[in-house]
Amino acid sequence: MATEARREPLIGIRGFRPDALTIVGLVLVLALLAWLAVNLVKTPWDFLEITLIGVTVGAIYALVALGYTLVYGILELINFAHGDVFMLGAMMAATLTVSTFALHDNEAASNWIPVVLLTLVIGMAFCGLLNATIERIAYRPLRGAPRLAPLITAIGMSFILQNVGLAWKGANYVPVPNILPRGNIFKLEDADYQWNKLIVLIVTIPVLVGLVFLVQRTRQGKAMRATAQDSDAAAMMGINVNRTISFTFLIAGALAGAAGLLYALYVTNVRYDQGFQLGLIAFTSAVLGGIGNLPGAVLGALLIGLIQAYNEGLNWHAPGSDWTQSIVFSILILILVFRPEGLLGERTPEGG
Amino acid sequence: MARPSNLEVRERWRARSPLELRIVIAVVAVGVGWAVLAGFGQFGVAAILVGLVFVFLYVPPWDSLRVGEYRIGRWVRPLGLLALALTYPFYFDRMFEIPIFGAFPDIATGVVMLVFIMMAIGLNIVVGYAGLLDLGYVAFYAMGAYTVAWFASVQFANHDVHFWDVGVGPGVPGFHISIWLLLIAAGVLTAVTGVIIGLPTLRLRGDYLAIVTLGFGEILPQIARNGDNLFGTGFNLTNGPNGITPIDAPGFFGVNFLTGSGTFWTSERLFYWTALILVLLTAFCSWRLRDSRLGRAWIAIREDETAAAAMGVPLMRTKTWAYATGAFFGGVAGAFYASFKSATFPGDFFFNISVFILCMVILGGMGNILGVVVGAAFLAYLDREGLANIGDWINRHFNASIDVPKYEFGIFGIILLVVMLFRPEGLIPSSRRAAEFHEGVSDQPLYDQTHN
Repeated sequence: MATEARREPLIGIRGFRPDALTIVGLVLVLALLAWLAVNLVKTPWDFLEITLIGVTVGAIYALVALGYTLVYGILELINFAHGDVFMLGAMMAATLTVSTFALHDNEAASNWIPVVLLTLVIGMAFCGLLNATIERIAYRPLRGAPRLAPLITAIGMSFILQNVGLAWKGANYVPVPNILPRGNIFKLEDADYQWNKLIVLIVTIPVLVGLVFLVQRTRQGKAMRATAQDSDAAAMMGINVNRTISFTFLIAGALAGAAGLLYALYVTNVRYDQGFQLGLIAFTSAVLGGIGNLPGAVLGALLIGLIQAYNEGLNWHAPGSDWTQSIVFSILILILVFRPEGLLGERTPEGG
Repeated sequence: MARPSNLEVRERWRARSPLELRIVIAVVAVGVGWAVLAGFGQFGVAAILVGLVFVFLYVPPWDSLRVGEYRIGRWVRPLGLLALALTYPFYFDRMFEIPIFGAFPDIATGVVMLVFIMMAIGLNIVVGYAGLLDLGYVAFYAMGAYTVAWFASVQFANHDVHFWDVGVGPGVPGFHISIWLLLIAAGVLTAVTGVIIGLPTLRLRGDYLAIVTLGFGEILPQIARNGDNLFGTGFNLTNGPNGITPIDAPGFFGVNFLTGSGTFWTSERLFYWTALILVLLTAFCSWRLRDSRLGRAWIAIREDETAAAAMGVPLMRTKTWAYATGAFFGGVAGAFYASFKSATFPGDFFFNISVFILCMVILGGMGNILGVVVGAAFLAYLDREGLANIGDWINRHFNASIDVPKYEFGIFGIILLVVMLFRPEGLIPSSRRAAEFHEGVSDQPLYDQTHN
């Protein structure tokens, strides 16, 4: 009888045999979906608008989350300083657009497009070099030390960068004018979609495509993948591991720089401690998607962006922005405890 | 004659007897100290006395002093330091000014330093002994603080429960339980919280554990911040951002610590001595635990989880004990601190504080109680008085206007970075931990490889 039951579980479809934990998880996910469905039926147009906001925010998170995932994939290190690199990138973007190029609210397109593109390039270069320098100073001397050592220097570095931001811009929010156009692209009933949201996506998508091309198609990307898989074997095959790691940090920093610019332009204010908070959210996204997995980071970031937007925007029984952090961290903890490999990751012998 | 090489100098130096070495070190240290003080115009009776006390405790070969069978000599230095700490309230205001750092810390700062020493010793059990990085230690501090806040204040005004409280009027509403009982209750409650947090998470590898503890460290204060109307039920658990205040002070024999008694038993001195006793208890427990069966299991896990498991150390239970013990001391310290400050606010429990305490453990020397005590005392002092004094000094002498305390956490970040890069075993290391950092350990986690 018992073997019979094991062969044919109560719920189970061709090889999918959930244990108790999975069932609890499924129930939670179903409850979440039911809550979303009720909201969708009650206020469909709000729901659409909030979804579009979530996708926009998620795109920014994706750029930051990719930085975490790239670095974790290659060094197995949570780069706590990454969020602060992003913050410095946002401050750099604010400085360049406002002070250097003196842009104002509602600029003409011929003014802001070249400036934003130039700022994007400068910001990416700045953050990439900064991130690579951090790796050189704080992480490289500790290769081979106990795992906790680089983690602690990462926290130290994060605080140092926060204070650089504090010394640079002070303790208050740095305001950024509405440089991007805010006119509606379309308006359906109550739902409208503005240009600034679309521009975030227009910048993000080519960057992502470029990253995928870099990692999958180029020699340097091959070296990155090889080093991530097994750095000793990669070194034996003639790959310069240190240079590859530096390059990875450079790319991760450049993505954070792009995210910093978009954040500054879309959210229109920056403060020295925002990087750390956003970094934790982005890290959660990376873990949710499966750390070390590039498409996973993007998927996780979009999901987290949507969850945050729904939580803060929906009307029917939404916990509200007071609880965003708690919700995001609860997701992080649940994922790490129940499925450390994330949504798209595969469990490898080396661990999650 | 040829100039001796560095190596020869070092050999000759080592060839001296320990007593000679200590005399040379003491003479140089006291000489330099006095010269610097004289240069800053602070040389006086106090400086001479400090120098003499130092020479008295440091130079004589106390360890070999025996009376009959008993090596009483080894107690001289600890007891001497203890006596200095106990009598601190009587001489701190007659001391010289330390160059750049300014005056000696006052008693209230001393209490805060002692509270943080206690927390650092607690965190040291988790990080230093068991090698588990806990970035959410502030959650335990918050648990302890709120336990006292709930059961020794007017927070729940529709109850009226008094139990062994001192100095609270009979008609005052709310729970008013004796602080002494609450210290223990807070410790136990926090330890239980630690176990609840630890059970699902402790099997994660080190860096995942760090991030999960960080998550808990962010969630608990947010609950405290939003707890004035919990989930829209109208139930006021934590009084939200306004915090819970005032909180009862401890007391005994009818003497309330807030008011004190006479000119000798002042409020600050009572708190100071109580905190000192708590620190001694914590340090004693920590010291005895380290050498116990459990403590040896912690260290075995830290050095090589796989080998420890193969030798029959139950990983989960041992790690959970480390977590619970560390949480216990954090809870007691938080409870005492809340009672001392007579308030608790959600804003006190930021991630910064977790890193602040971690910084104490790392600066002093992970795994070594004396190191952790020195690290915690120094950093807590910097936080309360030191940085402001240093900032004043810099601004006065270089005609600048830098707000040094504003960059406190940047300075702590630099400390973390510099210590980890150049002296990862800390200022006063345990020899065992130092060897681990320089020779490496096998810190491949076991659970992730066998799990599922």
